[in-house]
Amino acid sequence: MTDRSEPVRTPLFDRHTALGAKMVDFHGFQMPVQYSGIQDEHRKVRTGVGMFDISHMGEFEIWGQDAFEYVQRMVTNDAGQLKIFQVQYTGLCYEHGGLVDDLTLYRFPDHYLMVVNASNIPKDLDWLEQHVAGDVEIRNRSEEFSLIALQGPKSEAALRSLTSSDLERIAFYWFVPGEVAGVPAVISRTGYTGEDGFEIYIDDPQGAVTVWDALMEAGESVGIVPVGLGARDSLRLEVGYNLYGNDIWEETTPLEARMAWVVKLEKGDFLGREAMMKQKEEGLSRRLVGLELRGQAFPRPGYPVLRGDAEIGQVTSGTVGPSVGVPIAMAYVPTELAGKGSELIVDCRGREVEATVVGLPFYTRGSRK
Amino acid sequence: MNIPQDLVYSKEHEWCRVDGDVVVIGITDFAQGELGDVVFLELPEVGDTATTGEEFGTIEAVKAVAELFAPVNGEVTEVNADVIDSPETVNEDPYGNGWMIKISMSDPAELDDLMDASGYEAMIGEGE
Repeated sequence: MTDRSEPVRTPLFDRHTALGAKMVDFHGFQMPVQYSGIQDEHRKVRTGVGMFDISHMGEFEIWGQDAFEYVQRMVTNDAGQLKIFQVQYTGLCYEHGGLVDDLTLYRFPDHYLMVVNASNIPKDLDWLEQHVAGDVEIRNRSEEFSLIALQGPKSEAALRSLTSSDLERIAFYWFVPGEVAGVPAVISRTGYTGEDGFEIYIDDPQGAVTVWDALMEAGESVGIVPVGLGARDSLRLEVGYNLYGNDIWEETTPLEARMAWVVKLEKGDFLGREAMMKQKEEGLSRRLVGLELRGQAFPRPGYPVLRGDAEIGQVTSGTVGPSVGVPIAMAYVPTELAGKGSELIVDCRGREVEATVVGLPFYTRGSRK
Repeated sequence: MNIPQDLVYSKEHEWCRVDGDVVVIGITDFAQGELGDVVFLELPEVGDTATTGEEFGTIEAVKAVAELFAPVNGEVTEVNADVIDSPETVNEDPYGNGWMIKISMSDPAELDDLMDASGYEAMIGEGE
């Protein structure tokens, strides 16, 4: 993928415009930011089911005899723990421990699939290719794969009639190759909302349209709605999921970013391990925390976080959570101020709003299985 | 796009309903649509001075924050407390219950500097 002057349309572009979506250029992709309204869509995912076009995400397949050893050296989590048809959330790090990207890793019987952030596709590919060793082949399938996410407690009900796969037997973070509406698809019980749901991979543009239309129709009885990137962002923030480019970037390590659970220092050598061992030994100087603000405010990225008069950090993501009902934010703050109950201030456009460090997720009543 | 004929409009997407020396002010249907869900409003107090072209409040929507600019000089005579309590009214009824403040104008001639409905329609048409 090289420089593109025109934002790319996903195969579902015409569906979005027909549904009255507001389209935005998102890292070179023309994506729906909202249909009926961000808060309305957000609530429908929490209570019913929403459907997202997230075809902008990148997909790399890793093939070859040495695929496992290669993947294991690239990612921070222990790929050796992955069973066939299981999914793992993991980090991809530089030698200095900073994150190249965060991704989900799928183990197929004969290869691995990495699903990466759209904004990072060229950078990730470059990084992965630089480190190829032995019999390893990386296939960038990003342009062929469409990805439809079905999220919300009624996801299974919406999907059930369209597939012969036994959805009840797919546990959270597992997947099956199968069919949806007669279209070959990978059905993965994963998501980015804190709700139960599926992510459906289809490597045929017309097939993606078929699946979208079929889900719209089959989901009608359970109130399915299309959901844009706006609600995707507030949904993920309420459950404390990081967004690359906001909460994590090249200069943040997984340890600082509440991703220690996907860093397996004991698994053997991998890129970034030494730096993170050192960081762990010396102690972290800052941590990503959740903040709950008191009073009316809408925290946004870049707003200063203060302790007394001193700026000690900045908001990385923020919103007024439709399901939590209060302003919430994430920010990196010095470790000594990162404990639950720590009292801080967020400078919201010159107005000082009191904030407390709280445990994550902000929203705890999700249906995730 | 709803652009009522009986209102006048500012470049900053406020509408004004003129009633003698008093103008009722809100934001246009176009503006609320661009902002998306309005989450809260900061509005001035009754008795505050409004200065043409200067900020009199802010409107926080999910996607963005926007300043509200006074379309005329004068004194704030009324603030819509209901819209502060239920900011979604700005999205639902921008020209009705979504009104924000009333200003008693110090110079009604200033209204001539604002646009009529067709002028406003042309302006937002150009931006698209």
